[in-house]
Amino acid sequence: MEIFEPVIVAFCCHYCAYTAADMAGTQRLAYPSNVKIIRVPCSCKVDALHMVKAFEKGADGVYVAGCLKGDCHFKSGNDTAANRVKYVKQYLEEIGIESERLEMFRMSAGMGYQFAQTAKDMTEKIRKLGPSPINIANAQLNGQAA
Amino acid sequence: MITAERKPLEELIDYVSPYKKILLLGCNECVTVCAAGGRKEVGLLASGLHMAMLKQGKNIEIREHTLERQCDPEYVEELVSMIDGAEAVMSMACGCGVQTIAGRYKDKPVFPAVNTKFMGASESQGVWAERCQGCGNCMLGQTGGICPIARCAKRLMNGPCGGSTKGSCEIDENVDCAWQLIWDRLKALGQTENYVEINAAKDWRTGTGGGPRKIIREDLAE
Repeated sequence: MEIFEPVIVAFCCHYCAYTAADMAGTQRLAYPSNVKIIRVPCSCKVDALHMVKAFEKGADGVYVAGCLKGDCHFKSGNDTAANRVKYVKQYLEEIGIESERLEMFRMSAGMGYQFAQTAKDMTEKIRKLGPSPINIANAQLNGQAA
Repeated sequence: MITAERKPLEELIDYVSPYKKILLLGCNECVTVCAAGGRKEVGLLASGLHMAMLKQGKNIEIREHTLERQCDPEYVEELVSMIDGAEAVMSMACGCGVQTIAGRYKDKPVFPAVNTKFMGASESQGVWAERCQGCGNCMLGQTGGICPIARCAKRLMNGPCGGSTKGSCEIDENVDCAWQLIWDRLKALGQTENYVEINAAKDWRTGTGGGPRKIIREDLAE
């Protein structure tokens, strides 16, 4: 059977996770290409709409990676982002998408290894969960149309 | 402002399931401020509905549009060009907006996407609390700017009931006793004589007790 390769969107804060991704690169640490990184000026820049639209447009998993607690460049943007992720998780359940497909992670700019590990862990978790129910529904509808 | 909360998605899915083309309308006024039905919430709901319907094997078309104000005929008129493209309308405005749309576009089913709650004020980020019940005869001048109609569970007119305990209401210790607030405020203002004065029984005809209300400003009305 063909191995399912999930599409995962990672919204990464410029001041921590995005730099950690760079760090992973300079340390020659491999992480799955399933993770598509979008750089944001702060994790709280990621609106509920961005997360939900990512799923609508075909993501199997989404995560927001912000700074460690108390380390936000804008004081508390990371906590705001965490609250928002919690809120969107509930909305996903209402829609019928498993809330585990969305996560919030915290890391510092120096945590290249943790960045790579998070990307691997998330990819494995989503691979186990299988394709997003929205992608399955879309495929079934397109199959019917064909 | 008028506050509202989105209805459960399940209820909204029931409304839209017979249709394939939906016009989802937001409002830029109160419901935008209380994060229930502005442009952003319209986007979120459109995505949510679209995905939930996909899961049911239906690919519905949802057009998003947010009006400056849904309770004013002038703004509702701009929907003329897009209303025919939709089989049904779902409005994220308060009940006033929903009814203005339903009154103007009589052949389209119109569904509410939010539950309109109360006239309230923002206490802090993300927290709104009831402050006015539109009784039609404001007595805030006598009560130190604190409304016993909106903030006392029993709507008492002359001081607290026996359930007032350490400044809290008997219905919930997290709810302030309105009359305690009034007394504290009158004391701070040096207006305690207002407290002693007996307020007559409220005439509710100026409120909802007199049936649907209307304001006609003859100098403005055409």
